[in-house]
Amino acid sequence: MLGKEVSATDDFVKGLWRENPVFVQVLGMCPALAVSNTAINALTMGLATTFVLIMSGMSVSALRNFIPREARIVSYICIIASFVTAVDYVIMAISLELHRSLGAFIALIVVNCLILGRAEAFASKNTVSRATLDALGMGAGFTVALLWIGVVREILGSNSLFGIALFPDAFQTWTVMVLPSGGFFAMAMWLLLVNWLKNRQTESQAQTQELTP
Amino acid sequence: MSEASHWSIFINAALINNFVLAYFLGICPFFGVSAKLETAVRMGGAVSFVMLVASVCAYSINLLLEVINAPYLRIISYILVIASTVQLVEMLIRKLSPATFRAMGIYLPLITTNCAILGLALFQTNRGYGFTNAVVYALGAGAGFALALVLMAGVREKLDLANVPQLVKGTAAAFVVAGILSMSFMGFAGLGR
Repeated sequence: MLGKEVSATDDFVKGLWRENPVFVQVLGMCPALAVSNTAINALTMGLATTFVLIMSGMSVSALRNFIPREARIVSYICIIASFVTAVDYVIMAISLELHRSLGAFIALIVVNCLILGRAEAFASKNTVSRATLDALGMGAGFTVALLWIGVVREILGSNSLFGIALFPDAFQTWTVMVLPSGGFFAMAMWLLLVNWLKNRQTESQAQTQELTP
Repeated sequence: MSEASHWSIFINAALINNFVLAYFLGICPFFGVSAKLETAVRMGGAVSFVMLVASVCAYSINLLLEVINAPYLRIISYILVIASTVQLVEMLIRKLSPATFRAMGIYLPLITTNCAILGLALFQTNRGYGFTNAVVYALGAGAGFALALVLMAGVREKLDLANVPQLVKGTAAAFVVAGILSMSFMGFAGLGR
């Protein structure tokens, strides 16, 4: 990638698949597994994280020439913590029930490695617009990944999707999917699928390269 | 809550609601440092120590914040205190045992962003634990974290010698192991409330 001109769309798209934070970089695992027992929890968590990601990415990028190198991690954490506090109060205002079911995990967005990782690796070196695009892409990738895990766990574990019952009585729910161990299993399944798809992609690329003279 | 005995708080934090396997806190170091048994033991010790200090600090900060009536400063002040504690532990370990310092690598400063520690501070505040309860809770959580880490490291050291399909190798296999560990910890649910 070095030395090559990177387009604006690439800043956005890379977070969706090629550098997907959850399935490829395996960052921000704790909230991804803890609150993905239903699809609606997963979606809220993904959106909240995306908001914090965008706002802190913009701030870090805008302030990058003023923050001294030695104090950068502390400054980033302060910026992130302020936005997380704001999100915490906003969610409490919108739906107290949702806030209760997410519990301390909203506050724990502060320690999501993904946000600090993007601030350090990308936002602190790039312009505001590029940092925003990168945060948008990463946030979208994170939300989608969380939603996938949440959908699988809710369908199999509670026989419903977004709280709407799916199959009639015929379906025996897999209680294990709602329990903590189900999070690990669902994650392992998606990782396997992603690995398999990537393997297949590299193989087919190798084949086309052989075929074209 | 204050009537719960210290022993039951300890068992609850260490086994029944194990921070890693039931709350998914501290997953990054759990997967990152659990490849070797020896590093896992040291990491467990370091995290337990930081947890204990952070818990005492969080208790006193919370008292102060209640006096000045500023609960919205809680997250910021907690994370700052944890960050400085980690810095202190890092300096101590570098001074006392440079070999350990090198073995833990990037994961030592990353204790700051270990959700288990901030989670501990927030949980004890939410549950309104007093001073002794908070310390016991921190000890239990630390013991539980170290236990999960050591168990995982033991399994992964054996797994290295086994014949695992290429596709499953690495993170996917680690997640399946963690899922099975988490399932076996559910058996402790009968121990307490």
